[in-house]
Amino acid sequence: MAARRQVRWHIAVFLAPAVAIYTALMIIPLFGTLVQSLMNSDGQGGHMFVGLRNFSTLFGDALWSKQFWNALGNNAWFFVVHMLVQNPIGVALAAILSTPKLRMAAFYRTAIFIPTILSFVIVGFVWKLILSPIWGIAPGMLDMVGLKSLFTPWLGKEAYALTTLALISVWQFVGIPMMLIYAALLSIPDEVIEAAEMDGITGMSQFWKIKLPLILPSIGIISILTFVGNFNAFDLIYVAQGALAGPDFSTDILGTFLYRTFFGFQLQLGDPYMGSAIAGAMFGIILVGVCIYLFGIQTRLRRYQF
Amino acid sequence: MSNTFRMALLTSTLLAGPALAETTLTIESWRNDDLTIWQDTLIPAFEAKHPDIKVVFAPSAPAEYNAVLNSKLAAGSAGDLITCRPFDASLELYNQGNLADLTDLGAMANFSPVAKSAWQTDDGAATFCVPMASVIHGFIYNADAFAELGIEVPQTRDQFFAALDKIKEDGTYIPMAMGTNDQWEAATMAYQNIGPNYWKGEEGRLALIKGEQKLTDAGWVEPFAELARWKDYLGDGFEAQTYPDSQNLFTLGRAAIYPAGSWEISGFNTQAGFKMGAFAPPVGAEGDTCYISDHTDIAMGLNAKSPNLEAGKVFLDWVGSAEFATLYANALPGFFSLNSTPVAMEDPLAQEFVSWREKCQPTIRSTYQILSRGTPNLENETWNASANVIRGSETPEDAGKRLQEGLASWYEPQK
Repeated sequence: MAARRQVRWHIAVFLAPAVAIYTALMIIPLFGTLVQSLMNSDGQGGHMFVGLRNFSTLFGDALWSKQFWNALGNNAWFFVVHMLVQNPIGVALAAILSTPKLRMAAFYRTAIFIPTILSFVIVGFVWKLILSPIWGIAPGMLDMVGLKSLFTPWLGKEAYALTTLALISVWQFVGIPMMLIYAALLSIPDEVIEAAEMDGITGMSQFWKIKLPLILPSIGIISILTFVGNFNAFDLIYVAQGALAGPDFSTDILGTFLYRTFFGFQLQLGDPYMGSAIAGAMFGIILVGVCIYLFGIQTRLRRYQF
Repeated sequence: MSNTFRMALLTSTLLAGPALAETTLTIESWRNDDLTIWQDTLIPAFEAKHPDIKVVFAPSAPAEYNAVLNSKLAAGSAGDLITCRPFDASLELYNQGNLADLTDLGAMANFSPVAKSAWQTDDGAATFCVPMASVIHGFIYNADAFAELGIEVPQTRDQFFAALDKIKEDGTYIPMAMGTNDQWEAATMAYQNIGPNYWKGEEGRLALIKGEQKLTDAGWVEPFAELARWKDYLGDGFEAQTYPDSQNLFTLGRAAIYPAGSWEISGFNTQAGFKMGAFAPPVGAEGDTCYISDHTDIAMGLNAKSPNLEAGKVFLDWVGSAEFATLYANALPGFFSLNSTPVAMEDPLAQEFVSWREKCQPTIRSTYQILSRGTPNLENETWNASANVIRGSETPEDAGKRLQEGLASWYEPQK
């Protein structure tokens, strides 16, 4: 027996492509952005180190901080709508799909998942058309059931626009939690279910008492994916409402605020330094959120081994 | 190889010099609507004269143009010729060294100082883009609808609102086609359209730049007050109505009046199946001096880092020629040439728009020169404020106050 452990080169070789691509495309740009957020223009075409001055402008200057908190607040609401609507519906759909008695389950599964693979541009455009007060089918459909009075131009009203967009996003992405939970439900061993049935636990109470605790880790993962996805969101708002995120910035989220600042808009010139500061703040928010989940919640979740 | 072709090749080589052989120039532009005009009319006309230079027109979407262009310039992948937005956006590109100095270009002699003002340094020492066209604001109306309802073309504000009331009462047509979803229409086609009559064109604009007037003054708040009245005459659900929605509502004959920029003319000519007319923004009382927004809107500059600087200058010299002016103005009625040589235009609607230059005082959009240099950006704030005022979620006075506060926060003469 050899005393020395062999150097296992194949591990490094197999990891190398992923590490190289991930470093080049994610880690280097991320640190580049963070470094840039500590810089600012020196007025002569170059840049200089300014420490945390960009961040103090972002949080201290009323003009900037008002926009930032508005975007953060909207973003939080966007996330809340997803957590309250998308994930419960996703879990419910998965539970229904996994009941053996359901016919055409594969069809429903595919139909519900299809919007997820559509481009944001298509989704935004289609929903804008559906909800259009002029050409849309929404006013007509409400009229058919006698609820025409409920129709308003949702995307144009400050009170409704953000919630409407959040629900459109829910419609698009509800397939993801559904698929993940569906997979988790299928992986519950039959013996556990049979044992429950022996003890007289069936139907709804079986779901609440047996299945739900077993899929809690999956729900946790979905929550954190939703969190990261929502706080990085940009496309749908940009497609539907433009970079000014109207009406009156009521749909402005961190992504659109970042875009406007970084690249500029119309006569507003882009400011890569303040843009990087916003990107840095977004990174911080997501990092804190993920850490709270990882250390505060995930470690306390009880896991079951079969 | 045929003899004629060989001769042609030889001549062109001799005329243009060896440096120009087989050059391809790429044009960056936000005018994706004009793609066919460039490909079918303008570029062939140029290439016929300069067979050694190939030109490619490569536009991007209007709302993304500035962002896309800045990124391309930073990455060194931008085209040789750059379509210039007026004032600060292009000035900044020149200051960064991205646009070449074109002061000495021969064709510059064909333009008046006013025409060049949008693409010059503040002291006027350097000009960096060749002016192409200006656009004029006004209202386009459905002449058939007006005849049907017996409405005279309004001259004064009272007549304008009387006409709107009459259309609304009749109910066949939506009085005015405009939405607030995209915001810029509210600022550009509403506020900057009717505004010059209130702030007296250049007088008010220059006073604002000098700090002698404030955005809270009557001349700047009253146009907002008029916009607030527009709300009742817009279609159902105008809050979610987009710019293309408004265009379609008008060209489908469902709306009677369209607050317009002259750039709409060519599109409307192909889309609308009825007779159209145009009127200038109505004045306060009969006989008042009228002011119109005749906005220097589009020019073309040279990417300073282009490898084809010489060929680019040849092209720009042609862009500044009377030949280009005639081709462009007639291919795109509504984009009025800035060339000093008078251009004969055939389109009646375009003729109507340009005729206002005779009787009204022209000005440019108030927010474009100098005043949009800082943060918050006055132009972008004006989009937001105009849309808010039309929707009724902000009063005209509050809007004026907010804009003034934003401007005063960074603009020295307004502090």
